[in-house]
Amino acid sequence: MAATQASKEQKYDRQLRLWGDHGQETLENAHVCLVNATATGTEILKNLVLPGIGAFTIVDGHTVSGEDVGNNFFLSNNSIGKNRAQAATELLQEMNSDVSGNFVEESPDKLLDNDPEFFHRFTIVIGVHLPESTCMRLGSVLWSASVPFLVCKTYGLIGYMRLVVQEHTVIESHPDNALEDLRLDQPFSEFKNHIQSYDLDSMDKKDHSHTPWIIIVAKYLEKWLSEHNCQAPKNYKEKEAFRQIIREGVRKNENGVPEDEENFEEAVKNVNTALNPTKVPTALEDLFNSEQCNNITSQTPAFWVMLRAVKEFVHNEGSGSLPVRGTIPDMIADSQKFISLQNIYREKAMQDTAAVSKHVERLLQSVGKPPESISEKDIKLLCKNASFLRVVRCRSLAEEYSVDSVNKDEITSCMDSPDSEMVFYLMLRAVDRFYQQHSRYPGVYNYQVEEDISKLKLCVNSLLQEYSLNVNIKDDYIHEFCRYGAAEPHTVAAFLGGSAAQEAIKIISHQFVPFSNTFIYNAMSQTSATLHL
Amino acid sequence: MADVEEPEKKRRRTADPTDKMAVDGGHRNSGCDWDGRWNHVRKFLERPGPFTHPDFEPSTESLQFLLETCKILVIGAGGLGCELLKNLALSGFRLIHVVDMDTIDVSNLNRQFLFRPKDVGRPKAEVAADFINTRIPGCKVVPHFKKIQDFDDSFYRQFHIIVCGLDSIIARRWMNGMLISLLSYEDGVLDPSSIIPLIDGGTEGFKGNARVILPGMTACIDCTLELYPPQINFPMCTIASMPRLPEHCIEYARILQWPKENPFGDISLDGDNPDHIQWVFDRSQERAAEFSITGVTYRLTQGVVKRIIPAVASTNAVIAASCAMEVFKIATSAYIPLNNYLVFNDVDGLYTYTFEAERKENCSACSQVPQDLQFPPSAKLQEVLEYLTENASLQMKSPAITTTLEGKNKTLYLQSVKSIEERTRPNLCKTLKELGLSDGQELAVADVTTPQTVLFKLNFTT
Repeated sequence: MAATQASKEQKYDRQLRLWGDHGQETLENAHVCLVNATATGTEILKNLVLPGIGAFTIVDGHTVSGEDVGNNFFLSNNSIGKNRAQAATELLQEMNSDVSGNFVEESPDKLLDNDPEFFHRFTIVIGVHLPESTCMRLGSVLWSASVPFLVCKTYGLIGYMRLVVQEHTVIESHPDNALEDLRLDQPFSEFKNHIQSYDLDSMDKKDHSHTPWIIIVAKYLEKWLSEHNCQAPKNYKEKEAFRQIIREGVRKNENGVPEDEENFEEAVKNVNTALNPTKVPTALEDLFNSEQCNNITSQTPAFWVMLRAVKEFVHNEGSGSLPVRGTIPDMIADSQKFISLQNIYREKAMQDTAAVSKHVERLLQSVGKPPESISEKDIKLLCKNASFLRVVRCRSLAEEYSVDSVNKDEITSCMDSPDSEMVFYLMLRAVDRFYQQHSRYPGVYNYQVEEDISKLKLCVNSLLQEYSLNVNIKDDYIHEFCRYGAAEPHTVAAFLGGSAAQEAIKIISHQFVPFSNTFIYNAMSQTSATLHL
Repeated sequence: MADVEEPEKKRRRTADPTDKMAVDGGHRNSGCDWDGRWNHVRKFLERPGPFTHPDFEPSTESLQFLLETCKILVIGAGGLGCELLKNLALSGFRLIHVVDMDTIDVSNLNRQFLFRPKDVGRPKAEVAADFINTRIPGCKVVPHFKKIQDFDDSFYRQFHIIVCGLDSIIARRWMNGMLISLLSYEDGVLDPSSIIPLIDGGTEGFKGNARVILPGMTACIDCTLELYPPQINFPMCTIASMPRLPEHCIEYARILQWPKENPFGDISLDGDNPDHIQWVFDRSQERAAEFSITGVTYRLTQGVVKRIIPAVASTNAVIAASCAMEVFKIATSAYIPLNNYLVFNDVDGLYTYTFEAERKENCSACSQVPQDLQFPPSAKLQEVLEYLTENASLQMKSPAITTTLEGKNKTLYLQSVKSIEERTRPNLCKTLKELGLSDGQELAVADVTTPQTVLFKLNFTT
């Protein structure tokens, strides 16, 4: 057992550095369902099997055709005529013995007829190349069961993804460029006490040049406030004056030449961001004001209970601010000064987290739940990430497709540029309509390409009319979509395979932020767009 | 971008007769195809369309060109390489060569899907080629378990398109320099048939990029060297006397303690040896305890020592797909190629950005403009060396500087051969004047970042 764990750590080392052991655990407990093992489907699964999801199940009623084998790495030519779910499962499973692969030789429509609850067991369902009616039926079942649904399609050189999830909370969003949480504009008492112990003017040369810039800025800010009626530097002129004062604080040698004090350089460089007012991000304020946060019941998920506790903290112990994050960036300083400063922030964070914990306890008690329902570890993680919490909500497919709630504004404003990626969304909808009417896709055979153009154009027009969309779709796009003949070139399937798999991993792990709610990839121009439908 | 004549369609490259027939059973091209095999590809080769490249002509011959004639070189059989081989094979390319100097490691298995646990230790290029040739009937991938520097121009000239999935900027620059050296100019005009397109992909965690380079025509790797900022190492005084982060403790053990204590004899630290890493980990923990620093873990230790870059299957899949798409476009003129740089990031939603990287007028690799070195005659050779390594546009690694003095070739400084380094080291403290160099003197500089020497012209300042 220990040996397997060690070898898994080695195998997954490169990805553990991204989502940690706890993230990996969520993957290993996940069961993913893929509907239709087309090239797009198997490419998505490949990128989930390799990182070690617990299990997958492929639902597919099709038999393997020669064409299928041509673009699909997980079908071989001796599987022609066999069921596609079974054939693909074998070659996908073979890539990673940690993963358990299953298949169901049924069309999704059959399953929806006979056993819709079959889909309730999955962590996420990925539906690939589903006709509109099947997609809507499946979407409805999954929406009611709160199972996340990811719809994917490769159509010619266009890739399409639609995420359908009612509410997806993210504690660890891992933002790329996060601002530090230093509280220099509103120093807490322990910090103020700490900097009292520093007297810059009387320090010896070595100490002076190894004092952390945070302390330097804080000391000079104290002086400025006492001389400026407690008003911090606000505009460029004042900030520049403040920077100049710090520059003048650099020690000079016996010839009056300023010494090389890198820590003072860092202080000057960081004045701008250091003076940023500490405030609760607007996105978080919105979450504080939401229904789930204010109406805590025994059914409320842990995320919202903790969020409410943070809100209570902000309005009480925090005096309008979030719990202190507790981290500081590296900076020029000697070890002792840096570590002791870091500990000031760490201890304050621990204090604040403990206060939030008390609120969590109180809230749990008020709805009759034991305090152990939410672990200290989870509360600590949320507090540390308080500034970066995100909630993603996607509309249901029914809402997207209903004439009453179609997002006309989004569609028409995008189509102000007639070549925007929105045109591909509309063409895919038109193509679905064509399939509904003719039980086939346009232009599959060479002789059909020309004659299908006018038929597809009728579908386009009826679509625009039905939704009262006053937009113009160039004939070139209608021609191009007939030309595609529902082809699924492997390179486009592979692009979507990578994109969709990572979105699925985000949903499973609750780390990093999923897209919302429609993604279009155009391989002709190598551009993409995220649309809100 | 100017519409480029697609030389690949006009030239017929003859198949190299020494290429091995990779698949046993002697399937010759169309003999192993089955009904409908290439349907998904044909639609883009045999049908006219409104968005095709102006040079595109629908034809059944295009598929034959891919299957029988078009020769592609894939550099790297790792995270990107495995994906590239699959993508190319399933797009109709059959004559593929792959170069990789590495063997398979357990930590590759989370994304390099052509490898299995039983393959650990074997050469990546060979295992990858075997897998593809078996899985995709008719495909003839030829592996080369070698460094890119082991081949000369005659090897590279045989390919229509070269696509790179490298993990090293030095290797990228070398490849870039090699293709630039293949360019031929007649009366100052570039001969288009000497251009070999280079598609380059790179990934790091959830970020990646793909670019199309037409050597001599579009921005090359060195034109945009500033996009790859030099790797920052921690200052020595921090490591030696004032550590603050767990990383500082690890570097202390690696850089200072290991050479001093030689715990396993007089051998260099091997990041792949768990006993070595354990030793560094233990020493790092001791150092951290001394300074009350928390956070030293085995994983962090390994990451710092090996400079590990996190990696997942999904990002490699996306970038390799973009690259392969461009190979297909260029080989077939199906669509206008990417012009010329794509950036991808899926940390927060999915983000792509496409832009045209511009050529640098005085690029040291592709501009043919002689490089200027401005120094006073009293400057020491050391200063010139520092300029060559630290300048953001040059970023050389260990340049070797030679010149012609009194009609004879003279090495001013060379680092890579111990005896020559010792002999020429005193020159570093001499001034350019003392070394006998004059205004306008040409210096030839060789470095790992380029297969050809770069010529610099010395410009004395007052």
